Amino acid sequence: MTNSKPPIWRDSLFWQIATQVIAVVLAISIVVILGMNLNRNLRQLGINFGFDFLQQQASFDIGETPINYSPTDNYIRALLIGLLNSLKIAVTGIILTTIVGITAGIARLSDNWLVRNISSVYVEIFRNTPLLLQLLFWYFSVFLNFPKVDNKVSVLGVFGFSQNGIEVFGVNFSPEFATLLLGLTFYTGAFIAEIVRGGIKSVAKGQWEAGRSLGLKPGLVMRFVIFPQALRVIIPPLTSQYLNLTKNSSLAIAIGYPDVYFVASTTFNQTGKAVEVMLLIMFTYLILSLFISLMMNLLNRSVQIKER
Amino acid sequence: MNIHKSALALILAPFIFTLSACGGESGTTDNTTKPITRNIGSIVKTRGQLMCGVSGELPGFSFVGTDGNYSGIDVDVCRAVAAALFDDPNAVEFRNLNSKERFTALQTGEVDLLSRNTSWTFSRDTSVGLDFAPVVFYDGQAMMVNKSSGVKSLADLKDKAICAQSGTTTEQNLADQMRKRSITYKPVVFEDINITFATYAEGRCNGITADRSALVSRRTTLPKPEDNIILDELLSSEPLAPAVAKGDPQWRDTVKWVVYALIKAEELGINSQNLAEFANSNDPEIKRFLGTEGNLGAGLGLSSDFAARVVKHVGNYGEIYDRNLGTQTKLNLPRNQNQLATKGGLLYAPPFR
Repeated sequence: MTNSKPPIWRDSLFWQIATQVIAVVLAISIVVILGMNLNRNLRQLGINFGFDFLQQQASFDIGETPINYSPTDNYIRALLIGLLNSLKIAVTGIILTTIVGITAGIARLSDNWLVRNISSVYVEIFRNTPLLLQLLFWYFSVFLNFPKVDNKVSVLGVFGFSQNGIEVFGVNFSPEFATLLLGLTFYTGAFIAEIVRGGIKSVAKGQWEAGRSLGLKPGLVMRFVIFPQALRVIIPPLTSQYLNLTKNSSLAIAIGYPDVYFVASTTFNQTGKAVEVMLLIMFTYLILSLFISLMMNLLNRSVQIKER
Repeated sequence: MNIHKSALALILAPFIFTLSACGGESGTTDNTTKPITRNIGSIVKTRGQLMCGVSGELPGFSFVGTDGNYSGIDVDVCRAVAAALFDDPNAVEFRNLNSKERFTALQTGEVDLLSRNTSWTFSRDTSVGLDFAPVVFYDGQAMMVNKSSGVKSLADLKDKAICAQSGTTTEQNLADQMRKRSITYKPVVFEDINITFATYAEGRCNGITADRSALVSRRTTLPKPEDNIILDELLSSEPLAPAVAKGDPQWRDTVKWVVYALIKAEELGINSQNLAEFANSNDPEIKRFLGTEGNLGAGLGLSSDFAARVVKHVGNYGEIYDRNLGTQTKLNLPRNQNQLATKGGLLYAPPFR
């Protein structure tokens, strides 16, 4: 009996390597072809590719500037302002939407009829209407309907409401910021509520019974027995929602909040550097998303079952 | 193992080939830094239709009426070019472009001509890849405020919110002017012109800035037009001109001379009504203009009577102005600097010879 090797096309190891190599070749070829095509077209149009324009004076003003900025600064500074504004929205948005989402998710499982149904109505409405529509609704129907600046409504001396935005202890949040923050928070919160509900439901009923049999009150069973186990199911999809929130913040452009996408759009519009600016935007969101992903993966690792 | 190695080499071959090929490719293109000349005119003629980029949102300039037809001075420039090319002012397809899309649409050939209340600026002319035709409307940037606000001048807008549209020259001019006067203000900027004006109408902004003509035009669409006043102070000069993609001198000349034909016709007193009477004129200038003598159109690849076609279908500049912006219209804009040079304005066409 001869131990002959199978022919190459029957060799599974060969195909494993071959398909990978083919995939890499295809991917690189596509990128190269697209790049060459772009290069040729730009030349035809007489447009030079390059990032030198970023050093030029921006010459436009920005409504909200967390750090000093004037129109004499260059585009890099303007884009940095935009990035900081985006981060402001992303960080506060992620914190608020987590609170809203977990609250609404747990409320949907409440024994209280009213609480349960209020939460259901909230989730269904916000999850099933477009975010852009919600943002325009918040902006035009809520914030721009606040009283004029001269007739500012003050609540307890802590909150102030006017068309100039919301004032909390003297810190003013513009209507554009408030719209984007609340819009993103409630929209993403509705999705997180469903994720939380699903996570809690995934914990075996016996865990509830075991917790109750120890004499724990339902709230404590939730806190110490159910929720920690639910987190294992919740965190991976939660990461996606945080990414969505961050990326959706680019809808700021619709309601005039100067985030990084907005500033980059203006930059593109003034310089005509479409490809360069698009690359910058893609790179920015890629870095932001990868960072969030990394953080959430670390968190995820800490809640997974550690088998000993 | 040997089989695997040779198989790998076989698979990698096209990959290596691609890499080396692209190396060669970029080497050759490096030598041709000059833009390749295009021939937009012949593309348009083959297609049988002009693709014209307009705003579509600005009554008097370009606007879709309730009957579904486009009208406005920018639209008529498109129709004039179509009339010169095809003897048919309707051989145009309009594309609504926002301020962000407009230049890319032109650069990529999505539209052949941009006739969209666009200011002719140095950087757009030199580094954005555009060429401008003559100015069809001399405008200036202005500020509109609500009467009840008590704002009488730009200085009164100190620390107030001002609405503007992003990516327009107005946004930059506003920054310039306020800097010059050391007035701090709060820009509230939107990409969409409708949202910009809606936000102003809601009272979020104390003022809104745009080209004077645009303010007059959009004021007609506000809930209470009479409550809004436009300040006399002008923030800038805005020469609004049609634009074509850079690198096609003949196409630029075509658009250029169609616009001049509109102005020249008014100068010569020729309009769509009396065109026939001029057919037998003895004036050599009129004969050349109408193409009954000589063959000026040939230089553009057009028929000799291209100017006559333009006037026949679209009228002269004065007719276009009166129809879209003049005293009988809602906008009621006085002609001022948009009058012929012979009448004290800025419009002047070089000789047709």
